[in-house]
Amino acid sequence: MITLTHYLLLSAVLFTIGLFGVLTKKNAITVLVSTEIMLNAVNLNLIAINKYVGADGIYGQLLALFVIAVAAAEVGVGLGIIISMYRNKESISLDDFNFLKW
Amino acid sequence: MLSGEVIAFAIVAFLLIFSALGVVFMRNIVHSVLFLAATFVLMAVTYLLLDAGFLAGVQLIVYAGAVAIMIVFAVMLTKRSDLHETNLFNKLTIPGAIVSLLVFLGLSWVFVKTPWNLAERPLNDPQAINKIADLMFGQFVIPFEVAAILLLVALIGAIILALEVKPQK
Amino acid sequence: MVEFAMHNAWLIPLLPALSFAVIAIFLWPWPKASSTFSIIMILTSFVLALAVVYGVYTKPELIEKSLIYTTRWFSMPGLKVDVGIMLDPTSAMMLWVVTLVASLVQIYSLGYMEGDPGFSSFYAYLSLFAASMLGLVLSSNLLQMFVFWELVGLCSYLLIGFWFYKDSAREAAKKAFITTRVGDFGLLIGLLSLQILFGTLNITDLAAKAAHFQDFVSAGTLTLVLVVLFLGPIGKSGQFPLHVWLPDAMEGPTPVSALIHAATMVVAGVYLVGRILFLFKAVPTAMHVVAIIGGFTAFFAATIALTQTEMKRILAYSTVSQLGYMMLALGAASLTASMFHLMTHAYFKALMFLGAGSVLHALHGKAHIHEMGGLYKKMPWTTWTFVIGALAIAGIPPLAGFWSKDEILLVVKEAAHEAPGIYTPLFWLAVITAFMTAFYMFRQVFTAFFGPEKPENHPHEAPWNMRLPLVILAILSVIGGWVGLPWMEKGFGYWVRLGEYHHAEPNYLIMGASVLVALAGIYLAYLMYYKKAIDPDRVAERFGVLYKLSYNKYYIDELYLWFNQLVVDGMGKLLYWFDLYVVDGIVNGIGAITRGSGAVLRFTTTGSLQNYALVIFLAILVITLYFAFGDASYASLFLGGGK
Repeated sequence: MITLTHYLLLSAVLFTIGLFGVLTKKNAITVLVSTEIMLNAVNLNLIAINKYVGADGIYGQLLALFVIAVAAAEVGVGLGIIISMYRNKESISLDDFNFLKW
Repeated sequence: MLSGEVIAFAIVAFLLIFSALGVVFMRNIVHSVLFLAATFVLMAVTYLLLDAGFLAGVQLIVYAGAVAIMIVFAVMLTKRSDLHETNLFNKLTIPGAIVSLLVFLGLSWVFVKTPWNLAERPLNDPQAINKIADLMFGQFVIPFEVAAILLLVALIGAIILALEVKPQK
Repeated sequence: MVEFAMHNAWLIPLLPALSFAVIAIFLWPWPKASSTFSIIMILTSFVLALAVVYGVYTKPELIEKSLIYTTRWFSMPGLKVDVGIMLDPTSAMMLWVVTLVASLVQIYSLGYMEGDPGFSSFYAYLSLFAASMLGLVLSSNLLQMFVFWELVGLCSYLLIGFWFYKDSAREAAKKAFITTRVGDFGLLIGLLSLQILFGTLNITDLAAKAAHFQDFVSAGTLTLVLVVLFLGPIGKSGQFPLHVWLPDAMEGPTPVSALIHAATMVVAGVYLVGRILFLFKAVPTAMHVVAIIGGFTAFFAATIALTQTEMKRILAYSTVSQLGYMMLALGAASLTASMFHLMTHAYFKALMFLGAGSVLHALHGKAHIHEMGGLYKKMPWTTWTFVIGALAIAGIPPLAGFWSKDEILLVVKEAAHEAPGIYTPLFWLAVITAFMTAFYMFRQVFTAFFGPEKPENHPHEAPWNMRLPLVILAILSVIGGWVGLPWMEKGFGYWVRLGEYHHAEPNYLIMGASVLVALAGIYLAYLMYYKKAIDPDRVAERFGVLYKLSYNKYYIDELYLWFNQLVVDGMGKLLYWFDLYVVDGIVNGIGAITRGSGAVLRFTTTGSLQNYALVIFLAILVITLYFAFGDASYASLFLGGGK
């Protein structure tokens, strides 16, 4: 029997992996991509809880739908920023972008 | 008791985790993106396991179909000389790993310990899309419109950001 | 007229104050107008004062119970302070003395200060001083008197340092102010203690309460309070050990010395003690303190005056000595003798100061008596009036000084009947001082006015406006004592007294002894300085150490200077160190802490976004765990919606 807990733990694992990617990778695109993974994990969470806890409504899926929309918009803008970054500095490694360093 | 549900979940979960790890751990950015696409598709499969058919479709269309391609384009546009060592770890690997692990432990502890009131019957509605539509254009029409505007703004913003400024003649 | 003056006695201090204000605001560009206005005002006050004196003379009931006009100054719960005018024979006498000497000095200054660039401001200050002193003597409340006390101190400072471009004058003014300030500190503490203990500072109320003072305070405490309070008169009246400012005050113009440091301001201390003598009488120990200090000062200052060579210095130490006599008289519980001597001393000391001023004016500032000589030929008026003053102070009858000094000796002798341990030595000190007084005065007279002329001096007699006050004061020095002849039924002692009228039999023994002593002093001076039968230098050598001590004023100024450097400057250095290192250290330390912590904390801004994300997630983790394990009631704040 697959209960809610399994899905929740799965989403926790995915979220963690995404978080790890955000914190530890140099390539800006990878950071964006890892953020996507985190958002996906959240979606999974929402849908799973909707199925097992809030079964009388469809709000979880609805919210997940909105998350997908917003995430897509965010990726678009984020990639635009990355392209601007590349144009400015010929590199997309986040190590090169520490202008606010003391 | 290994019902089909359990086996399916096990396989999908395993593959999902594997692709996610692949996204993060690959040294080559293109490999990373490949695994990302795999992750998206597998997520769609998971949604199907959760009886969220419409969401699975949307996931495939939007994520696997649009987002992954966008990212490939971005990789292409920001290409350096070679792509072999373009996705390395930075200095924060160990602290990042520790924090991630702690976050995972925290999250899982919260998930396990929370007394969820599980519904008597889990949701399995073939009419989910109807309900989504009712809500979307009924109670949630404003968020819907706002999301539309958000997409428009993102579109314009991305164009402006990526626009190449040609030198004036 | 008399009734008007009695009712409106407050006009007497007001007119000079008005003069000060008018000169300071309007008239100062015109010296002649300033002096004229000022003299008119002070003469008007003089006339009013005469009216008051006559009015008091016709009302003998005022001896016992003064005429008081008061009004509430301010009041709070637990404190009520009145101001007012007090008219009785004592204050009437003081009014007469102050307005007389002030008027004469202002007339004298017409000649003395002619041509001085500060002519107008001089008259302004003189007027202010006259107003303050008159206010002081009319005060019915000790706090009001204290206000005027400080005002006269201020005027003294302004007038001593009048020629402010001279270093010595500035220093002398500062010294005067600071030394009297030390005394005023004690006075203020004493006054506050009196207010706390007795609940009032009105002189008449205090007199009423003094009779049964045990209801309010123990004898020991009252003695202590009075001794501390007495510090004020010690400072103001130049008693030992706060006498050091008076000789240096001679840096001021001579009219100032005559007015303030001979006749009026310095007697403020004597007047104050006289006004509260009933308190001193209640605790005899305090009176003994007053007597001892007074007697010692009289003797001590006379010994210094023996060897001084500057004309005004001799007169200054003489003033200190005579003030000691007045304090001694108060210490012997006699208001009469003290006030009598105050009055006669004002006559002859002001006379002699103005005479010295005439000499200085003639010799263009030369002040050493050994550089003068034979002035009697070219300056007869000055010489003979000065001689009259010297005879008066020496105590030769029938001049004024004899009667008042004799009165003092008499009361000290009588006090010795009750407390011989204290008063008998003081009596003999007073007698010896009388000898010394005669001696040093006539030493000055013979050296400066008689003897051979010095060829480099070209003296000329003083103008009429300087001679007139000299003549008036000389006449008063002769007849002024006749109001207190011991054979009179209702003489000075009847009017100005404290308590029962005590008509003592004239003591011919003391009278004769004091005359003999005075004549001996004059004769010795004659031998040494006129006939040159005894060589003064030889005498000085024989008394080597004593001569040196006397000439250098017993090195007291040096002692005070050393003490000041040690304690005050030492404290200053200590506190400066404290301020620099501790206080500034704390302030700088706070700044340094900020900078230091900033220097350390800035390493957190690495510019790396992922660093920031790391910290954020860590924080989220901590908060989550806190809510999970601890108090979860604030979790709603994060979720929004309150509740």
